[in-house]
Amino acid sequence: MDEKRAYVFVDHDKPWRYEEDGLTVTRGSAWSGPGCHLGCGVKLYTDEEGALVKVEGDRENPFNQGRLCIRCLDLPEVVYSDRRLLHPMKRDRADRGKDVWQRISWDEAYDEIEARLKDIRERYGAESVLFMQGTGRDIATWISRLAWSYGSPNYGFPLSGLACYLPRVSGMYSTTGSFWVCDCSQEFPDRYDNPEYEVPEVMVLWGNNPIVSNSDGFFGHWVVDLMKRGMEIMVVDPRMTWLGRRAALQLPIRPGTDAALALGMLNVIVNEDLYDHDFVDKWTYGFDKLAERVQDYPPGKVANITWIPEEKIVQAARRFATAERACIQWGLAVDMTREALPAIQAIAALTQITGNIDRPGGMIIPPEILFYGGGFGADLLSDEQTAKRIGLEKYPLLKFGFATLQPDEMVKQMETGDPYALHGMWMQTTNPLACMGADPDRFYNAAKDLDFIVGVDLFVTPTIMALADYVLPAATYPERDGLRIGDGPQRGETINKVCQVGECKSDMEINLELGRRLNPDAWPWADVKEMFSSIIGETGYSFDELREIAPAYPQYVYRKHEKGLMRPDGQPGFNTPTGRIELWSTQYAGAGLDPLPYFEEPEPGPGSTPELLDEYPLVLTTGARNWGMFHSEHRNIPRLRALRPDPIIEVHPDTALDLELRDGDWVWVENQRGRAKRRVQVTPVLLDPRFCSTDHAWWLPEEDPEDLFGVRDLAINNLVPWACGKSGFGSNYKCMLVKLYKVEDGE
Amino acid sequence: MDGKYGILVDYDWCTGCHSCEMACQMEHGFPIGQSGVQVCTMGPWLIEGETWQYDFAPIFGDQCDLCADRTAKGELPTCVHHCQANCMTYGPLDELSALLADHRKQTLYAL
Repeated sequence: MDEKRAYVFVDHDKPWRYEEDGLTVTRGSAWSGPGCHLGCGVKLYTDEEGALVKVEGDRENPFNQGRLCIRCLDLPEVVYSDRRLLHPMKRDRADRGKDVWQRISWDEAYDEIEARLKDIRERYGAESVLFMQGTGRDIATWISRLAWSYGSPNYGFPLSGLACYLPRVSGMYSTTGSFWVCDCSQEFPDRYDNPEYEVPEVMVLWGNNPIVSNSDGFFGHWVVDLMKRGMEIMVVDPRMTWLGRRAALQLPIRPGTDAALALGMLNVIVNEDLYDHDFVDKWTYGFDKLAERVQDYPPGKVANITWIPEEKIVQAARRFATAERACIQWGLAVDMTREALPAIQAIAALTQITGNIDRPGGMIIPPEILFYGGGFGADLLSDEQTAKRIGLEKYPLLKFGFATLQPDEMVKQMETGDPYALHGMWMQTTNPLACMGADPDRFYNAAKDLDFIVGVDLFVTPTIMALADYVLPAATYPERDGLRIGDGPQRGETINKVCQVGECKSDMEINLELGRRLNPDAWPWADVKEMFSSIIGETGYSFDELREIAPAYPQYVYRKHEKGLMRPDGQPGFNTPTGRIELWSTQYAGAGLDPLPYFEEPEPGPGSTPELLDEYPLVLTTGARNWGMFHSEHRNIPRLRALRPDPIIEVHPDTALDLELRDGDWVWVENQRGRAKRRVQVTPVLLDPRFCSTDHAWWLPEEDPEDLFGVRDLAINNLVPWACGKSGFGSNYKCMLVKLYKVEDGE
Repeated sequence: MDGKYGILVDYDWCTGCHSCEMACQMEHGFPIGQSGVQVCTMGPWLIEGETWQYDFAPIFGDQCDLCADRTAKGELPTCVHHCQANCMTYGPLDELSALLADHRKQTLYAL
């Protein structure tokens, strides 16, 4: 008999699928595409024709407790959008950019793609094919196995500096041996009522507006739940938000200076002796060196750097350090500075030297059912092929944690063919020309001469239109089975198929079916359900069993580091070379990096290139989320688009007055690298007249496909170079200098 | 029971997430832009010092039937069910009105 892993379960009134008033109701989990990183509990309603007619939040699921955001509520409109890709298509390589697709069958598509990929592997080596994913949808596990089983080490995503989530994850693993999230009782099915749980006294929301968007399996409105239970918040944000207006302290930071703020707060905590001596002595390494380093960041100097008043920095440090329980919920803004790793290290040190680690209401370790970070099937790749991973030599930190290539080096290599030429690209739900790619023109020019490009997606995106030779239609989550065991704290959750649209297949099916052709031994499963069961085999549950009992919560215990539960050798402490939380990082030192946190001015920026300020006087941040859109998705979904019809730039009233701009004006947002078109919204939420803030990832699906849906004029990343931090992580997507001027008639 | 039930909104907690609007549109199949409930915004503006006016609040109109079909089955109105901030309560008006005096920034809708 299989030994079952110890889970804590939720009581269900009904089975996972049941009938109600002539409709079939299927309980399950949500995970993009379309729409987000989280994995809320949903109930999918289908009619007798098998059509999805309604989505509701599952009140029995402790994660969201019945609540849902508008993107899931509007799911049927996405599933049945008349713009969906419904069958495989191809076009001649010479016709890239032209809307001349030819419908083909799956067999034809697989036959031809298999033949081309095998031919490239034989002629040039498997490493000459890139396998690219988008954001953290349910892709990483499957596409990494596809790449590695084919023989290519070059799996990753086309984002400069891997500047989304990976810097935080890699930074935390490097210095502490695990990742950390705020304790919002998410580990317990009985949530806030669990007797072991304690509400944080203070939560810092750092570069993140969690009620609108999050990764890390963090449901943003937990913050609101906790505020109702007495938690105080402090907000680090250049914009006033709903949360900011309710914060005990709002720190209006200049974008890109997060490391300086954290170092300034550390300076106060160290010099005023507010740190947790006991925790620091017992469990950390290198405190004295950190204490010395923070002397370079007195609050007065930090105030000049961050544009936050000195007294607020001091106040924030004191409040955080003296709270009984405190935690920091951080966002993408921290990753999207060039020197992201030292910023992450400094922010994390705030929670570490105050002892808010591995205990109720502090920072906790997300439990893992599967090791998500390492990909799936790394053992399939030979040492010889592994060594060819792009960027590995230049950025040794890439050897640890996520086994991705380094994208800035990738673009360089696409252009130069050095040290070897690249020939093919498999793009699976990624849209770099509209969304994550820096300098999209450069990416386009580097990619357009590749011999062979395949795109897999829900819709024809600008990137597919520009570059793909073959396009395969991917299923949305109600059209597929799957596991929702991904980033952030893991629960045993299944995604359950309820409907079929056109000839769409799930990403997992596509990867299994193609992978089997490229390397049959690596894909021994008859179908995806068998593959899922094999992945979760060690839990003792098959896929079919898990879907009956989901959500399944791993037993959670606090203070694992005291109990010897963090290290493979069973000793107390943390899973680092020193067994301690490394405030001075042995791994950074080993990789030739500064072992201590530091701040470097974003460049260009007011501190590094003051000579540019005359021409480009405004500090721009990009990518603030809005309710209805997930990255480059949802511009083609009418109910969601109606809430945000145009790409917006927020401009401070004083600046608007100076520039004679009014609400609704179209402007060019321009820096020394390029420009993008935006519509002005005059608003006082910018906390300094020099700040402005704009949406990312815009394209207009209603426009001409052969004009790439207008993306060339709309891509805000026209202003962003491919330029990463010294570690290979981090890039300045969210901090640059710009000017604004009106779009002329006819432009 | 007509006129005796309603929705109490503790709008100090309304985050403006639009879930009530979208849930209503989808439940009733209303055209884009129409709903039985709509989120209104007050602010943002700086009152003085560090104090801001920045509130959201849902208001209910003629297309709200309090989700009669749902409540007949013992379910909550879909807006209340899906409200991400959990700031809406459905119930008999006399019970809800007793809660009004508890704290400020609440609205009771008789529907």
